[in-house]
Amino acid sequence: MIAPFSETGGLGSTGLLLSAPLIGLAFGWFLERGGLGCAPKLAGQFFFSDLTVFKVFFTAILTAMLGAFWLDRFGLLDLSLVNLPETSVLPQAIGGALFGVGFLVAGLCPGTSCVAAASGRLDGLAVMGGMLAGIVVFNSAFDWIEPLYRGTPLGAIRFSDWMGISTGAGVALITAIALCGFALVGRFERSRVSS
Amino acid sequence: MNRSPDRYADPYFAGIGLGLALLAAYVFAGRGLGASGGFASVVASGTAVVKGTAAAASSPATGPYLDHGIMSPLHDWLVLELIGVMVGGFLSAWLSGRLRIAIERGPRVSDRQRIAFALAGGVLMGIGAKFARGCTSGQGLTGGALLSAGSWIFIMTCFAAGYTMAPLARRLWR
Repeated sequence: MIAPFSETGGLGSTGLLLSAPLIGLAFGWFLERGGLGCAPKLAGQFFFSDLTVFKVFFTAILTAMLGAFWLDRFGLLDLSLVNLPETSVLPQAIGGALFGVGFLVAGLCPGTSCVAAASGRLDGLAVMGGMLAGIVVFNSAFDWIEPLYRGTPLGAIRFSDWMGISTGAGVALITAIALCGFALVGRFERSRVSS
Repeated sequence: MNRSPDRYADPYFAGIGLGLALLAAYVFAGRGLGASGGFASVVASGTAVVKGTAAAASSPATGPYLDHGIMSPLHDWLVLELIGVMVGGFLSAWLSGRLRIAIERGPRVSDRQRIAFALAGGVLMGIGAKFARGCTSGQGLTGGALLSAGSWIFIMTCFAAGYTMAPLARRLWR
């Protein structure tokens, strides 16, 4: 049977809900293994003193992107049935900027704050509390925010569609950028050790 | 348990593990990973408790999260996934000797300041993630690996803002 199994009948609604904690368990496990439950380590990314975040993040994207692309090419996964997050240019640009500043100040992002809290870090728990409070603030101001929130919608599109290139070319582009990034990071770390 | 903690895994190895977890989400559930959406579901349920289910369900901000009323988080894929994230993080920390109650902070801030900044950063991320329809998990990893245009806009503005403001936040971490 072709994947995604939740869409093609291989996984019923109970199975779908059961898949969530199992996949989440692997997610939390690998975040903690990589040291991403430790706020000063994550914040080091912004000061070029610890580039773990860059390495983990782009390796994860490459793995999932190439896996999904080739499973689709070999007819094992129908990528058109996998939910593609919709694009809204302005709110996502503004949201990304607010989020980036919050990430710098908190030293953790929402997923890693859960890992930090689960491993006993009280600062992780505080970030989780702040997240909940921030969403309450957003919801309370929603009437006022809504025009901006719903503005500049482009629907579910890939950046490759927007650039007028094939999905395969988009995959190749991200792969090339990530590999160059890994090479540069490696060179930077070696130069810092020798200096 | 008193022992020195194990070394962290190689970042590239941890990244491959995370990528395979994300790929498993695409293959089994037809969707990706997320975190902020689970928080939003919990907030919507809390709003339903405080303001009543009818008021919360009719609000455009919380209504979409309340298909199962106040019990919605227990039917929400992301909330169940986040419970798994916490269990996975706990198990990994425990088995590697890193489980301990502590506040992790930069060398020049007090514990109290660290908690205040953690709360403030969390508030900013909560608002930002609502605007962006996701966070580093739901947009960054999930949408990024699917080439979503908006996800890459999010990734670029997120890191651009972080690096631009980093010199001002130096005292927090260095």
